[in-house]
Amino acid sequence: MATAIAKKTRKKNTDFRKAILPYLYLLPAFAVMAVIVFYPLIYQLIVSFTDFQTKDLRFGLASPELNFIGFQNYVDILTGSLPVQNFDFLRVLVFNFWWALTNVLLHVPAGVVIAVLLNTQGLWFKKIYRAIFILPVVVPPIVVATVWRNIFDENYGAMNQFLTAAAQFLGSADPVRIRWLTDFTPPIEWLLPTGALTLAYYAMMVANFWLGWPFMTVVATGALQSIPSDLYEAASIDGATGSQQFWRITVPLIRPAMIPAAVYGFTLSFNLFAFVFFMTGGGPARSTEIMVTFAYDLVRNLRLFGAAAAFSVFIFIVALIVFLITNRITRATESYTEA
Amino acid sequence: MSTVTQTPSKNIFVRLLNMNTSREVGGRDVPLWRQILLQVITLIIAIEVLFPIMYIVTLSFSSKTTRPSSLELIPKEISLTAYQQVLDRPTANPVTFSKLLTNSFLLSAGVGVVALFVAVTAAYAFSRFKFKMRQVLMILVFIPLLMPAVGLATPLYLLMNQFRILECGNEITALYPLMSCAEGVTGKVVFNLRDSLLGVGIALVAGALPFAVWNLKGYLDTIPLELEEAAAIDGANPNQTFFLIVLPLAIPQLAVTFFLGFIGHWQEFALSWLFLSKPESYTLAMTLYNMTGQYANAIPWNRFAAMAIIVALPVAITYIALQKYITGGLVTGAVKG
Repeated sequence: MATAIAKKTRKKNTDFRKAILPYLYLLPAFAVMAVIVFYPLIYQLIVSFTDFQTKDLRFGLASPELNFIGFQNYVDILTGSLPVQNFDFLRVLVFNFWWALTNVLLHVPAGVVIAVLLNTQGLWFKKIYRAIFILPVVVPPIVVATVWRNIFDENYGAMNQFLTAAAQFLGSADPVRIRWLTDFTPPIEWLLPTGALTLAYYAMMVANFWLGWPFMTVVATGALQSIPSDLYEAASIDGATGSQQFWRITVPLIRPAMIPAAVYGFTLSFNLFAFVFFMTGGGPARSTEIMVTFAYDLVRNLRLFGAAAAFSVFIFIVALIVFLITNRITRATESYTEA
Repeated sequence: MSTVTQTPSKNIFVRLLNMNTSREVGGRDVPLWRQILLQVITLIIAIEVLFPIMYIVTLSFSSKTTRPSSLELIPKEISLTAYQQVLDRPTANPVTFSKLLTNSFLLSAGVGVVALFVAVTAAYAFSRFKFKMRQVLMILVFIPLLMPAVGLATPLYLLMNQFRILECGNEITALYPLMSCAEGVTGKVVFNLRDSLLGVGIALVAGALPFAVWNLKGYLDTIPLELEEAAAIDGANPNQTFFLIVLPLAIPQLAVTFFLGFIGHWQEFALSWLFLSKPESYTLAMTLYNMTGQYANAIPWNRFAAMAIIVALPVAITYIALQKYITGGLVTGAVKG
């Protein structure tokens, strides 16, 4: 009898220990995040309802000069009445989505096609090409963006010099002087109703294309190499052409790898702070500003801490919506063992 | 099954074009015309990739500080003056190159290590255990992954700015905000957490942690469950299973996760530029930005290019050396949902 009770309590004990074990394993991460993520998020929410400025920095929220102004910061952002020139919330938001989407739509197909090309059996110098094509992934974006800004420079940039050389080849003597990063007249006026895209956008697309497709090629190559080659052999015996094999075998089989990569690419482009900041700084006249660069500008240069906090709350809401949608697509938070 | 035999053409040119160029045994034939076509395409892509890289390399080997007026993609001269100048005196401030290098290294390695240690148990919990609130907690962990570090910059700046060490005179130091100087004494700020590498590091862990959890979870998912079941049958408790079975198996991925965290913060710029004001705590990435600055006409281009290459090179070389493991990890992390 006594041993039975002891057994029971021991069992109960192990059950309890088993139940709290996952939480114990999560404890370090959540303890750290409570201090540096969740607490700041709440602090941010409070600051967003105030007119926090540089003079309040000394005492923080205890500052005697701090005023609670309700939703004024939020209203100011939505109506564009912040003391900031050329700011329009809707334009920044729409541009941000457009920027991320157009990037992914270019990078993924290009990455897949180049991966297929490199995967061709019997291609000469395959290893050399693979080594070269990985280079954009390994160069830090801060270096990439500064180099590309330099390339698109109006007077000394390599792009204009290249176009001049090409024009001379075609018989024109005039040097090409395109103001890539400063010209405000949009080349295609009707594109994006909330504010037409300036030349700087296209320059950024070119530069980010250089930066973006190699990663997709890396992922696609990994997926391609896991496709058994007998599938292609069987298909060609059955008389399938190259393009049929591509659409019926390659595309469906690499899709499981490419969709998460595309989602990752989307969120990466969406918040591509260093690149946008270094390449155009959001200019000209904030036409290439994305949400994160604008929030940064609000804190670092304009010192509008209250408005910046409110703006970050908007970023948070947008990010959460994007995350919930993409999470449905990739099912990243689902467990492997439960599947 | 019949083998299709083409009658060989009499024209030697046509025969040459259809010659198989594939050296892989058992693979499909690649006729010469096709090989040439593929080579042209891949060569064009290679030129596209190398164009900006050659441009910056050429600049860095130039002894002139101005940019060339026409396109130069192959160095005309190999001058190392720019590299020498950058290593001797990287900024206008009296900060040595080795100091900047140490700062960059401490910051990125510190963030990488801390994020890794904190993340690994959480990744294991998310990968293996079933428990209530699992989905909710996981979404909570991933929030900062989408909420970029810049989005959290305001509150982190304000919070860290509160932690200061004040010198109140009379050899009294106060740990603000826990203590403050006597009334009426402002005190001299000797340490401000916000204005230190430590503060920037703490802030950066916020962004590094979720990525480490995600990357490790993807890998842990691929470790066969049978190993742990076998260990449990042999009497190992869950902690022993984790530390003795799972962790050793995950070492390659731990290394990759650390390295990705390291390079992610090697080039970190936004928060350090926002938080730090003293030149002696600047990092290499900040110095690079400082060189371009707002006044593009005064930029010493050859030194800028040399600095860019110095910042990029160590990361690039390690990345290429570890490429197989890194991409393998990223792909398994992405594919296994």
